Amino acid sequence: MDASALIERKPLDHIQDFQPGDTVTVNLRIVEGDRQRVQAFQGNVISGKHRIAKSPLPGDTFIVRRVSYGVGVERIIPFHSPNVESVKVTRQGKVRRSRLYYLRGLTGKKARIKERR
Amino acid sequence: MTIAGLLGRKIGMTTYYHDDGTAESVTAVEVGPCVVTQVKTDARDGYEAVQVGFLAASKLNQAEAGHQTRSGGKFEHLQEFSVADLAEYEVGQELKADVFEVGESIKVTGTSKGKGFAGVVRRWNFRGGPKTHGQSDRHRSPGSIGAGTSPGRVWPGTKMGGHFGVEKKTIKGLRVVAADVDNNVVLVRGSIPGGKNGIVRIERQGK
Repeated sequence: MDASALIERKPLDHIQDFQPGDTVTVNLRIVEGDRQRVQAFQGNVISGKHRIAKSPLPGDTFIVRRVSYGVGVERIIPFHSPNVESVKVTRQGKVRRSRLYYLRGLTGKKARIKERR
Repeated sequence: MTIAGLLGRKIGMTTYYHDDGTAESVTAVEVGPCVVTQVKTDARDGYEAVQVGFLAASKLNQAEAGHQTRSGGKFEHLQEFSVADLAEYEVGQELKADVFEVGESIKVTGTSKGKGFAGVVRRWNFRGGPKTHGQSDRHRSPGSIGAGTSPGRVWPGTKMGGHFGVEKKTIKGLRVVAADVDNNVVLVRGSIPGGKNGIVRIERQGK
């Protein structure tokens, strides 16, 4: 028996198919005291991919990077976290590797990703 | 249920998400169904306990088979657990994962994974020798193992390299994160000794 198969894996219908290089909007549930709201986090996927056909395991994550007021911000997001309201792909990127960690050392025009059409 | 614990089989580790979004590393353990094979009474045995069997046995020697036919069933593993109320148990009774409550503090005993012949750095957390300053051949060496002419021997119990692992280990202070009675699975917070399919003893922890 496989341990990960035991935990009920909810279908990840709220997460669109994406792959590294794509720009995604992640709607995250944020709890502030007794209030909760949804916060959008938009950025490039620099690691991890999602395919509906091959559902990620409970421990799998992906990383979204954005540059906010000149500061690079990365969030590691677990696929199965109940705090992930939805993930939408806003732009498909054309990249040649699966982990775009090289973007961390680049700024401005160099940090752009070509669009895939 | 007043039984102190149950036998189980380690399935493996995974991640469990609570509704508030926090994640926990958990080990899935198949607990039971264990069957009561003998009830030990104070009058007959001098102490009170319940013997339970776990997993069907393929082969038993005659002595074991004789004991177990009386107990109804053939089991690979037999172990005793203390109970608070002996009257609740009778031979043949099946015990399931609902013995444990979610949030309960437990300890898990199992046989740790074998590490083969391990050096002192791995086995006893020695620091080894210096990496630089002209050192050669002593990066992971134990150093001195004792004084000279007096005592003129190595003290028994001196920590050295040797066979490591395959030892009985108990991890205390674990917690039941979730229990699934239908599948007889309990999720335990953290890691437990042994590899997959290893037999473990899960016990409620005295508070």
